[in-house]
Amino acid sequence: MKSVLPILTVVAAILAFWVLAVIPMNMHLTADQAQRDGLVVTPETPVERQAYTGLGLTLQNTGLISRTYTLERPRLPSPHQVGAEMWDTIFEKRITSRRSLIYHGWVTLSATLVGFAIGTGLGILLAVGIVYNRAMDMSVMPWAIASQTIPILALAPMIIVMLGSIGIQGLFPKAVISAYLSFFPVVVGMVKGLRSPDAMQMDLLRTYNASGSQGFWKLRLPASVPYLFASLKIGISASLVGAIVAELPTGARAGFGARMLVGDQYGQPLVTWAALFAAAITAAALVGFFSLIERLTLRRMGMRAA
Amino acid sequence: MPTVAELAVQSLGAETPDAAHGSQVIAARALNLTFQTNDGPVHALKDVNLAINKGDFVSFIGPSGCGKTTFLRCIAGLETPTGGEITVNGMTPDEARQARAYGYVFQAAGLYPWRTIGGNIKLPLEIMGFSKAEQADRVARVLELVDLAGFEKKFPWQLSGGMQQRASIARALAFDADILLMDEPFGALDEIVRDHLNEQLLQLWARTEKTIGFVTHSIPEAVYLSTKIVVMSPRPGRITDVIDSPLPKERPLDIRDTPEFIAIAHRVRDGLRAGHVDD
Repeated sequence: MKSVLPILTVVAAILAFWVLAVIPMNMHLTADQAQRDGLVVTPETPVERQAYTGLGLTLQNTGLISRTYTLERPRLPSPHQVGAEMWDTIFEKRITSRRSLIYHGWVTLSATLVGFAIGTGLGILLAVGIVYNRAMDMSVMPWAIASQTIPILALAPMIIVMLGSIGIQGLFPKAVISAYLSFFPVVVGMVKGLRSPDAMQMDLLRTYNASGSQGFWKLRLPASVPYLFASLKIGISASLVGAIVAELPTGARAGFGARMLVGDQYGQPLVTWAALFAAAITAAALVGFFSLIERLTLRRMGMRAA
Repeated sequence: MPTVAELAVQSLGAETPDAAHGSQVIAARALNLTFQTNDGPVHALKDVNLAINKGDFVSFIGPSGCGKTTFLRCIAGLETPTGGEITVNGMTPDEARQARAYGYVFQAAGLYPWRTIGGNIKLPLEIMGFSKAEQADRVARVLELVDLAGFEKKFPWQLSGGMQQRASIARALAFDADILLMDEPFGALDEIVRDHLNEQLLQLWARTEKTIGFVTHSIPEAVYLSTKIVVMSPRPGRITDVIDSPLPKERPLDIRDTPEFIAIAHRVRDGLRAGHVDD
């Protein structure tokens, strides 16, 4: 609990910066609106105002500052506006509603979890192959690394279109992209973990004349557990990003990605920002969940969490 | 009863000064081992001849690079000699390893952090397919033997370095191999703990009557523990002296102040120095 104070300090600093930034970011829009409402604005025409920076215009119109926080379609929403939008779309809407963030969150989360399961399974299998098979050791890793250098934003539409053309739609194509992003940290971590027993420990098993599978189940696999958890925490957040990215370019109707896109296209920044924060909170919760499982598992195994 | 293979080795003329006192457990004849490295071949063992009898406590002493650990690993079948021959219980070292003829104790305890002390000792028993009841039985017995009764459910990090090493000795004893090979088991421990463990090891040896091969680079440790001291020297790794200790089997720690003890230590030191002349 010692970490609470530093964390709160950072959060407070970010909030303060955000609150201050709202004023100049929204000042042009606020001035236009104020003029339509019949207030006196300097300078008087929108064209003249374009010559000013947000900060310069604020200094000319200090009376309008409070109005920058209440725009319906702000360039930068204030924290309380985002908070109110989130409260509204999380707690006030039925979860079956198209405006409920819980509904959209579940759409994204289900694809994330399926993709994560596929990616983790694939990652572990590849890692075992790399450790036990020389041909795979030489061949798989370069491809795995190359796969991660391709921008997922370019790849995602192709995967979705191609899978769609053979009749696979909905959750699965998104899960494929999640898996594509999450298998890599698992491969890297598990290869390192499975290879973590030193020469002495391998020799010890040889003195017992242990078989290869005994070496795997009794030494390599348990030794890799701490590495696996580190990978899982990276993998689950990559999975969530993958699912959201998969929703962006393809006109998905539901999910965090769809919400962000809708907010952008229909000029509703509050919707975008609320979806963004909801996604961030979901990611934090998922990582936190795996940290908890990690701690419980390692304690049960007698090893202290790294 | 010596096996046919043992007789064969003896008839080849391997060193048999103590043959009358017991059967040969380990016999090496003209053993050579050359490692191929990037800097050219390294002669780790050259013309090593040695016979170890049942119940012997044999120490291998010498500076680093003299091949003492390599020789122990040859006995264990962890290294393959490039020349000469070596038998363990009348078999090749690899056959002996497959027959689980020895327990091996490394310099580091190497306990699995995810297993309790009891779980660690069970490891070889699980691999060798002992029944659950038998496992529990043996764990209790060897923990008693190394004076760790009551620590079965502790995890390794809850034990001191000396206790961890004792647990690793218990692990090597658990499956009742007749031979115990120890590679500088107390090298990483401080002097006081080491004295204590040396004393305990002698008691354990007296109780179990095992044949022990013990690598060390401490002269007092070698003299205090051994019935036979093998002095080795490097480049190429070879045996320069084999000393049969006249000390009695009962050895209190203060035997180290007796003239006999000091005389043997002297001879070991001379042997080590002789090995250094030609480098």
